[in-house]
Amino acid sequence: MRVSYAVREEELQETSTPADVSLRNVVKMFGDTVAVDDITLEIPRGEFFSLLGPSGCGKTTTLGMIGGFETPTSGTILLGDTDVSRVPAYKRDVNTVFQSYALFPHLDIFGNIAFGLRRKRMAKDDIARRVAEALRLVDLPGYERRKVAELSGGQQQRIALARALVNEPRVLLLDEPLGALDLKLRKQMQTELKRIQQDVGITFLYVTHDQEEAMAMSDRLAVMNAGKVEQCGSPREVYEHPATRFVASFLGASNLIDGRVASGAGAALAEVVLSGGERVRVPGERIAQGQSEVSVGIRPEKLHLDPVEEPAREGHNAITGQVTFGTYLGVSNQYVVRGPGDTDLVVYVQNLGLRAPGIGDTVRLSWLPEHTFVV
Amino acid sequence: MSTAEASVMAAPRERRRIQLGRFVLPVYTWLVILYTVIPIVLMIVYSFNQAPSGRLTFQWLGFTTQWYQQVFAIPDLTNSLVNSLIVAASSSVISAIIGTPLALALARYRYRGKNLTDGVIFTNIAAPSVVVGASLLSLFISLNVNRGLATIIIAHVTFNIAFVTIVVRARVVGLDRSIERAAYDLGASPWVAFQKVLLPLIMPGILAGMLLAFAMSIDDFIITSFVAGQTLTFPLWVYGAVKVGIPPQVFVMGTLIFLAGVVLALINVFLQRRSA
Repeated sequence: MRVSYAVREEELQETSTPADVSLRNVVKMFGDTVAVDDITLEIPRGEFFSLLGPSGCGKTTTLGMIGGFETPTSGTILLGDTDVSRVPAYKRDVNTVFQSYALFPHLDIFGNIAFGLRRKRMAKDDIARRVAEALRLVDLPGYERRKVAELSGGQQQRIALARALVNEPRVLLLDEPLGALDLKLRKQMQTELKRIQQDVGITFLYVTHDQEEAMAMSDRLAVMNAGKVEQCGSPREVYEHPATRFVASFLGASNLIDGRVASGAGAALAEVVLSGGERVRVPGERIAQGQSEVSVGIRPEKLHLDPVEEPAREGHNAITGQVTFGTYLGVSNQYVVRGPGDTDLVVYVQNLGLRAPGIGDTVRLSWLPEHTFVV
Repeated sequence: MSTAEASVMAAPRERRRIQLGRFVLPVYTWLVILYTVIPIVLMIVYSFNQAPSGRLTFQWLGFTTQWYQQVFAIPDLTNSLVNSLIVAASSSVISAIIGTPLALALARYRYRGKNLTDGVIFTNIAAPSVVVGASLLSLFISLNVNRGLATIIIAHVTFNIAFVTIVVRARVVGLDRSIERAAYDLGASPWVAFQKVLLPLIMPGILAGMLLAFAMSIDDFIITSFVAGQTLTFPLWVYGAVKVGIPPQVFVMGTLIFLAGVVLALINVFLQRRSA
């Protein structure tokens, strides 16, 4: 009974919330340069989805193709069920918040926000009402008659958002919209954006190079590098189980130690022999059948740093090394420990006021097998 | 030691620079200003001079505003001024209509022949007026076109396009590209985006280009003299009158044109400021 219900629900989901945006094998070439290299993505309705990657990784080009400013060299872009790959921007049901805001300086705030509605030939009263609503949504009610130049960067940002959202697009594209704001305002706008997205329920496709920003807001994110999607998943999945070396290093700090698979590929726990000879256990699902040379990864905050004299922690992987460097950061201490095969490992230790290890001390680093990832 | 040495060395040089700034440069600047302004000041002053013979003399005979009251008393002169205004106005409007799309194309697109267009614009400005005038004249003759107001306008449009294009292009290049994209993004077709967003934003540039074109046109002598036929513009009439003596009205009109030019230049500065 239960099982069949669950199946029905899954079917229901399939039909009632189809992907708002689908990219199928999308390629974009500029001359001989491949900017976007065979990307396939599905973004369901109402999701806050981020494209995350360093500059030049193709994320903005991808956004441009969805917005209609670039035409894919090959592949298909669907909005809902409609193929829009070759539909011009002004006929697409998407709106964009530009990095530079791109507000129209010759129009007042009302003129800016009403621009899209006027193109749809909406009645004057409706336009006025919806502009007022949009201004309330972005917390700037009554700003209709202000001039663009009178507003601060943060306010212009909100107007750009209102101008896009007022059209109730199927998808809202955001191209590093917080890039020009200072840190404090950026943090504030992150929360704000997330709130607005939940209020309006529109699919947000957010492009950023800031991993913290992407993690803080996204339901799911895709990490891009050199035109390809390296990994796609929830922030937790991508952070805890990075699929590639690039993802591991781009999202936060990572320690990677080379090793060889000893046994148990595909089993619950596999064993890997590190370059220093230590044996550690890792989740077996992370290792492909037949894979032998691997890198074992651990996040700096997952490592325990103990004096070697203390008894080993139960059920933990452990390696020993020498402290070569320590930095006091206030909330935590950061250590560099020379581990197996002369690999430098970074460890964050929360500042609990305990005795800190000194430079040159031999220490034991231990961590739980399930906190290990393999790339 | 080397830094201490450097600061010792810097001190007298600094002082010398200050002295240069206090005396030499202002004097030099004022000399240059005088050199350029004296002819204009003379023109303005002698436009108020009495001239019993109806010809200009550079002997001060007493102040009068008579010539200002009788500024349009010489029909031929008035006619030539009207011709000049017609030529300047129509050639600057036509150049703006042709030059603005050209500026947009050069600023926004990469296409075959773009470098060639750039070269042509540059050549257009750099080419000596004698060459342009002579070649246009031979073109009109070989096409058997009667010379007159129309040929003057055609000639002025050819050199004004370059000025309009350069000024408008600078404006377009300075415009954030995503502003146009934002217009498309919000549902504006290319034509609507041009009308509602691009055109209003580059309008100060177009006006500035037209002002420049107007100024280039109204005082053009060389090219005009080749293609004018029997038609006289203001500069041509004045040049012709030199042989028999210039009536004071010429100085009056010169003063008025100069004042109009100053006002237009100020408007131009204001437009550029406001839009920047």
